[in-house]
Amino acid sequence: MHNIAVVGDKDSIYGFASIGMSIFPEDDAAGASRTIRKLADNGYAVIFVTEDLASQLGAETAHYAESVMPAIIPIPGVKNNTGMGMKNVSRFVEQAVGSDIISDQ
Amino acid sequence: MAVLNVNPTRMELTKLKKKLLTARRGHKLLKDKRDELMRRFLELVRENKKLRRSVEAGITEANSHMSLARSVMSDKALDVALMLPSQSVTLEVKEKNVMSVIIPNYEMSFKTADENDIYSYGFESTSADLDVAVKSLSDIFPAMMRLAEIEKSCMLMAAEIEKTRRRVNALEHIMIPQYEETIKYITMKLDENERSSTTRLMKIKDSMVRQNIEAQRAADAKGQIAV
Repeated sequence: MHNIAVVGDKDSIYGFASIGMSIFPEDDAAGASRTIRKLADNGYAVIFVTEDLASQLGAETAHYAESVMPAIIPIPGVKNNTGMGMKNVSRFVEQAVGSDIISDQ
Repeated sequence: MAVLNVNPTRMELTKLKKKLLTARRGHKLLKDKRDELMRRFLELVRENKKLRRSVEAGITEANSHMSLARSVMSDKALDVALMLPSQSVTLEVKEKNVMSVIIPNYEMSFKTADENDIYSYGFESTSADLDVAVKSLSDIFPAMMRLAEIEKSCMLMAAEIEKTRRRVNALEHIMIPQYEETIKYITMKLDENERSSTTRLMKIKDSMVRQNIEAQRAADAKGQIAV
């Protein structure tokens, strides 16, 4: 059995507790990366991270990219949204195909 | 293209021919793997984009309701309302093998029998906006999980496609031409050796015949003198 975690600033993630996810309020990248490492070791299968924090983490989460668990997924928070989630998807296409062939903007 | 540094012998030639065969087979298989992965990846990535757009819109909407709730309720009251969630979700992670890429498959199970048991507070002391926020989060929850599944799969597949593409290219543009060149080089070298040994034999035969003829002539001349 695995759990779902949400990491981000408190205001952005508070609501997720009510639908059954575990929330871990973090305000800075250092704390977030520590928490994510701990969560990954403790069998959390999916970790949602607010874009604000996720964009600061960068390489810290890169080494989880190759393993099936955990899936670290950026979600928009209340503030400082960078559009990183969408950019990430385009990055996958670029990595696989060589150029972003399905950008529809 | 550089020729491999090998001795031009028959043994090397057989070895290289075998290697070339394996390389060609590997190239074909990897190319098929890449094409199929790419097809599935593009399907997934399209869904990923669509889902992400709807999930992001849902979360943004929930967040705006949450801000409204926060503005009418005190921080403490909000904390108390959400402190002890009545719902809890656990995941069963199954692994699916797609062209040797292991992708996750999530199955959710809820703690309470009713999935909609999401309000962990009494309605008396909370704002209606909080209800709306919680409800909209709950509505997009399945989409969020599907997004997590698909996005992780895309991540893993993209990495695998990149790896496979490199292998295909290395085989197609480096290994196979190299083997072909080397095989050609060894064949030519062996043929050359064969020709040179044939000419040598012919030369030796020539000179032996000449010697014989001369010896015969000398013997004949002697015989004539004797006669």
